[in-house]
Parts: sequence; structure tokens; C-alpha cells
Amino acid sequence: MSALSSDALSQAGAGLTARGWRVFGVWLAALLLVPTVADSYFLSVLTTLLWFAYLGQAWNVMMGFAGQLSLGHSLYVGLGAYSAAALFVHFGIGPWAGVWLGMLVAALAGAAIGVLGFRFRVRGVYFALLTIAFAELTRIGFSHISWLGGAGGLFLPVSQRVNNDLAGLRGTPAMFYYVILVLTLAALLLCRWLLGRRIGYYWQAIREDQEAAQALGIDVFRYKLAAVLISAAMTAVGGVFYAFFYNNLFPEQIFSLSRSIEIILDVLIGGIGTLFGPVFGGFVLTPLGELLTWSLDRAGINIPGAKQFVYGGVLVAIVIFLPDGIWPPLARRLGLTRASSDPVRSSEP
Amino acid sequence: MSFSVPPSVIATGVLTGLVYGLGALGLSVIFGVVRVVNFAHGEIMVLGMYGAALLAQHAGLDPLAAAPLVAAVLFAGGWALQRGLINKLIGRPEHMQFILLAGVAMMLVNLMLMLFGPEAQAVQVAYAFDSFELGPLVLDKVRVYAALAAVLVAGGLSLFFSRTRLGKTIRACADNQLGARVVGLDVPRLYALTFGIGSATAGIAGCLLTLMVDVRPLLAPELTLLGFIIVIVGGLGSLTGALLGGLLIGVSEAFAGFLLLPSMKSMFSYGLLILILLLRPQGLLGKSS
Amino acid sequence: MTNLLEVRGLTKSFRGLKAVADVSFAVPDGAIVALIGPNGAGKTTTFNLIAGAVAPNAGEVLLAGRRLSGLRPDRVCAAGIGRTFQIVRPFGDLSVEDNVLVGALHRRPHVESARAKARAVLELLGLKPLAGQRARSLTLPDRKRLEVAKALATEPRLLLLDEVMAGLRLTETDHMVSLLRDLNRRTRLTILLIEHVMRAVMKLSDRVVVLDHGEKIVEGSPQEVVVDPRVIECYLGAESVA
Repeated sequence: MSALSSDALSQAGAGLTARGWRVFGVWLAALLLVPTVADSYFLSVLTTLLWFAYLGQAWNVMMGFAGQLSLGHSLYVGLGAYSAAALFVHFGIGPWAGVWLGMLVAALAGAAIGVLGFRFRVRGVYFALLTIAFAELTRIGFSHISWLGGAGGLFLPVSQRVNNDLAGLRGTPAMFYYVILVLTLAALLLCRWLLGRRIGYYWQAIREDQEAAQALGIDVFRYKLAAVLISAAMTAVGGVFYAFFYNNLFPEQIFSLSRSIEIILDVLIGGIGTLFGPVFGGFVLTPLGELLTWSLDRAGINIPGAKQFVYGGVLVAIVIFLPDGIWPPLARRLGLTRASSDPVRSSEP
Repeated sequence: MSFSVPPSVIATGVLTGLVYGLGALGLSVIFGVVRVVNFAHGEIMVLGMYGAALLAQHAGLDPLAAAPLVAAVLFAGGWALQRGLINKLIGRPEHMQFILLAGVAMMLVNLMLMLFGPEAQAVQVAYAFDSFELGPLVLDKVRVYAALAAVLVAGGLSLFFSRTRLGKTIRACADNQLGARVVGLDVPRLYALTFGIGSATAGIAGCLLTLMVDVRPLLAPELTLLGFIIVIVGGLGSLTGALLGGLLIGVSEAFAGFLLLPSMKSMFSYGLLILILLLRPQGLLGKSS
Repeated sequence: MTNLLEVRGLTKSFRGLKAVADVSFAVPDGAIVALIGPNGAGKTTTFNLIAGAVAPNAGEVLLAGRRLSGLRPDRVCAAGIGRTFQIVRPFGDLSVEDNVLVGALHRRPHVESARAKARAVLELLGLKPLAGQRARSLTLPDRKRLEVAKALATEPRLLLLDEVMAGLRLTETDHMVSLLRDLNRRTRLTILLIEHVMRAVMKLSDRVVVLDHGEKIVEGSPQEVVVDPRVIECYLGAESVA
């Protein structure tokens, strides 16, 4: 078995081949140019796709890197959304300031869950249930806070969509598209940066074997908490985007369990713990869903639930047949990532 | 706000809680033996509900009479699910099984949405508006019958696990999987049987639930979460714990619904879940691992 | 000679059963001490007590005079103790090099410097050809060497080795023995090892501590211990001594 050369290893985190970089460049260019040719429907689909990919990337930090299963990530989306929205609706403060409050609130919630969960040694499935419980508690709670609109929803004043106001996040679909595109790319960069530093390696060690990690001097509690905080804050930014893009927030929707599960779909399909996995997963799942909807429309059938049914089926299929996701084996097969006899997850993009 | 809760409210909470408890029993049995947390629990219960509803519509069957039929079908379904899908994941990290079942749940709930639509359906029985009066208590007949049936089924299950050979074999398997294999027990078969029993139990609970609640697909995730809360509070793997947990949740939701806003009653349950997860994860009656 | 490690009156019970009962011994700075005894004697529990994985019911652990008892495992590592696990625990999905890198990052927060250290340790243990492989795919002897490499990368003053020779072939055992002896001589790395492979114990250790049923029964040089009737009795039974 041939081993990787030491040069290859030293570039851990940049496991793309030359061809891989070219493909990435083309893909990026295409994404940048899309608004020039696409209609607003297509743009909105892409925006939603990228939004889920971004959230998946944020979730991936906690699960894929640090191994902590959260099925209540909608909590952070909602907290980010409501924080920024409330500041805007009640005090006229714009999203670029509101996002900081959103991240803070989400991080505090994550800290609460993390501290409670980790101090009390709540692990695995139980930890997942804990995250669900917190999200549900918040969902019901927010339905009763009238200052935030209660169950009836919080509405942001919608202005015209012709002029672009980046400062106030009001504008054309194309503007929103570029914002989420930049966010997604920023998330990719952040994750790649984290993975290449000590925190990234420590997370993976914790994910693999917590006790063994401790024996090597890793303060497991601190690093797990860091993963939760970073993941929560990142997710909250996605929530702020959501608030200003859709302009209405309903607790039932935004804090829902099904939203939490939608967030992880992309990541599972693409590959938990990989760098490009969540984004790739988004580009698989959303077109699939759109294709299905379109075909059903053509056939004149309107069945609510068909798309989600297929999504569920894909989830089941992936978990059974490709638990590491589609992206790793596909990328290797297509020669996009560095081929090695035994691929290393940490350097796998 | 008056703090005197009418005894009828408490009694109704007890009766409802017993039915919830039966459902949670199915969940608990599956976890205790197969060590899988069944994320599709609520979906199976709602399948049972739709089974009862269909049989009531097309065959005029009372849900109590429909229960055995629904149980048989769901037993087969649960058996197939375990054998066909979940079995493939033995040995993988447990959160993968959890996620698998979340996917199955997604498929089931949307299948029901596709077949039956999102609106609620009620199953009307002849005695739907009758009630028993015991002194100060006014109890709906439907709830009393449902609760009685739940206790009967729970009792039957308890006897099965403690008296029959098959039941004891399954319990042996739960206590010590490796030992069971060493002794020659066909563990996958036992797992499939257990999943079948658990699903059937959840299905029966669903039938009983139609007597009290209208059926709609999106009830499923709520029932799943409720099942988790009951089972964790009462103790995973403990049969009496599941019933006790059901009672506890049933009564507390009745209280909360009466004293606070009805829409807030679940908050108390989730708060309780968080407390138990932190302080006593084995539940009130569960064994400490 | 000063003592690097001092264990005093260490006691640990699990549900009423005394796994370790009032055990005291010392490991001089720069020495190699072996901890031996039949299965169930409490050797690994003693390691767990020293390394902070388990809290003692009584007694204390001192490293260079500083109390360690009650510290978490990661603080114990920071204090200068590296340990291996009897049942090896590699980070399966990471490469061999990254496994050791995680250890090296403890003293060297920057990845480049830590990676250089990791490579040096890999070279030392003869694991360099396997550097890019996933740890999961390694054979047991290689996993054992990886386990030692990980602990070594944390640059400990005291290395706790739990049965690292078990399952190794003769040549591999000798290789490991000479490696450890070499490290000890060159860098004054103090070693406390649990071993069943007597060949390694005889060749490596300066002193031997014998545990049986949680108690220390004998302590001395390897030559003394191996002929001590109490030791023979605890391994082979009373009849063999009579």
C-alpha cells in the first residue's frame, strides 16, 4: 500500500487535486454569474438551496467535527431571526447590528445546552433529545410572547424590491442571493481554517474517542462547548438572513423539529464531517425536490407531502448504503480530491 | 387564578395518561431490548389511528374491536422494519439508527399526508357523548373504556414477559446480548419480534386514542416526542415506568392545561424531560446503568 | 535520587469490592519500574488512579512532590504524565500521523511545529511508512506502537505503559524494549509499565512492584522478585511453593 507523501499530508485541509481546484473555480464562477441569466424563481430556489447548505455547514461543525448530535438546531435559527427582527421592528435597528445580538443570544442558548448537557454527562441520543426539548420549549414559549408577535407571527415591514439596500438588507432577489452565496463561501473558509488548526484536530479526537482525547491533555468540556457556541452563532446568522429575506417569522415553523431535520439532510447526504459535504448535499437534494415538484405539476397532480416523502426515502437510503455521504466516494472517483490509499477524513474537503 | 382543580380534570388526566402510557410501553419495550430509540413511534401510533378510522368507516368497527386487527398488521410492519432495515445498522453508532428512524418517520408521516390529507378526522362511536358519573366525578365513557383496554393490554404484556418462555427469552436478550448469542439464541429474530410487539402495542394505543382525539398526520411527531418524554421520565426499559410516566404526564398536562393556557401544557412536559435527562437519566423507575 | 512519582496509600473500591487497597510505592526520577501481578490484581486500576481517569477513595498521588489526586485526566497529562490504554484506543478515522499530531499539539499549539514533532515520534517508533493510513486499518502490533507514539508526543516526564508488549512477536518485543530503554537513557524519560511479558520486565526494569488482590505484596529488583516465594505463590498457587 502506498502512503501519502509528506507534502500531501502537510497540506491537510486542501485535499483538492489540480482538477478539483479547476472544477471548484468553474462552479464558483457559474454561481457568481447565475443572476445575470436566471429568472427570479430560479434565483429564489438557489437562494434557499444555499441557505440550507449554509445551515448544514454550521450544524456540521458541531456534529461532523466534534461529534455532538443536535436535532434542535432550529432553535438557533429562530433565536437569530427573532433577535434581529425584534430589533428592527421595535427599534429600527438594522440587521448588521442585529446579527450580533442574534449570535449572542444563540450562543447563550448553546452555552446553556452545552454546559448542562456536558456537565451532567448527557451523551449520544439523550443529548439529541435534550436539544429537541430545548427547541420545543422555545417554540411553545415564543408562541406566547406577544411582543414578538406570538403565534400569529412577527412581520417585518416589506419595502420595494427594486433598489438594493445592503445596509438594511432590503432589495432584489439577486442581492439576497449574493449575500447567502458570500455567507456560504465564508462558512467554507471558516471551516477549512478551523480544521487546519489545533481546535479542528482536537474536535476530531473528541469525536473519535473522548476518553483517549482526555488522556492526551485535551480539555474535552471546553472544546465541546466551543463547537456548540461556534455552531450556534453561525446558525443564528442564517436565521437573521431568513428574517430579512422572508419578512415573516412564525414560531411553529422556525423552531420546528422538522426544520431541524431538514437542516441535517444536506449534511447527511453530502457527508458528515467533510468540508464540501453540506454544500454538495444541498445541490443534490434541492434539485431533486424541485424536479419532483415540477413533474407532479406537469402531470397535474398536487400531493402535499410527496417531496418530503422522497426526502425521507433518500435519508433512509443514505444511512443504510452510504453513511459517509455521497461526496467522499464521488469526489475520489472523479479525481477531484487527492487520491490516497486510505483517505483521511480530516483532510478531506 | 383559582388553584382548585376539579377532580374530573384530574381523573380525565389519569385516563388519558394510561393510554399514553400504553403507547410509551411499546417504545420502552423496543428500547429495552433492541436498544433503539424509535423516532418513528408517533408515526406508528398514528398509523394505528388511521387503521381504526378506516375500519370504522368501511366496516363499521368500533376502535376497540379494530384494535386486534390493527395490532396484527402493525406487528408485521414493525417486524419487517426491524428485520429489513434496522438490522443492517447493528454495530454502527447508535445515532445512525436514530437518524434512520427519523427518515422512516419522515416517510411515514408524509405518506399519510399524501393518502389522507392534513385535515383532522374524527371517529364517532355511539357512546361518544355518554359519561359515567361516580360521585363528584364525571368521566367520559370513551376515556374509561380506552383506559381499561390500555390497562388490560399492559397487563397482558407484563404476563407475556414474565410468564411465557418467549417473553423470558426476549428479556434475557435484553439483559445480555452477547450472552444470548453465546447460548444460541437467534438474536435478530428476537429483535424483530420485539419490534413487532412494540409496534403492535403502539398501534393499539393509537386505536384507543381515536376514541379521545381526532386523527391527523401531524399528530405523529407530537406523539413521538410525548412518548420520549414519558419513557425517559418513567424509565427506559421499565414497563411499570412507562405506565407511571404516562400517568404523570397525563395528569400534569391536565393540570397545566387547566391552570395555564392549554397551548402551554406541553412546556411543562418538556421542562420535566430536561430535568430528568440532566438529573436522573435512567428515569424514575429505570435501572441505573 | 529523587522520586518522580509517589503513590501513597492509594485505595479504590467498586461497589464494595476493593480493587486497590492501600498501595504505596515510588518511581525514582529516570527509572523504569514494572508493575506486575496476576489478572485482576488492580494494576490497571492503579494506572487509572494515577492518570486521573478514576478518583481514589483514599490516598494520594504525587508527581515531583505535587499532589495530582483528584485532577482530571487532561490536567494530569499537562502535569507531565502520558498514558496508554490496555485496550488500545486509536482515533480510527484519522491518519496515523494525525493521531500522533493530536498528542503533539498538547505542548505545541501550532500545527506545523506539532506535526514536525509527530513525524519525529513516528520515525522513532518505526511508524513512518504508515503515516498516511487510517488508524482503523492498522494491525494490533502497529496499533500498540501508535498508542505509545500518541502518549510520547505529549512530551511526558512519566510514561505509563499498560501491557504494550501483549500480543507482540519476539522480535517486536525486543524492538520495543530497546526503544524504551534507549529513550530512558537518552532523555531520562521515567517509565512505569504494567507487563505480563516477563522477558520485557527482566530486560527493562530497574525495580518491580508486585500487586495481588489489590495489595502490594513485594517490591524489589527484578532478580529478587522473580524468585520470591510470595510472588510465585500468587501467580501459581500455594501448592507450587510448598
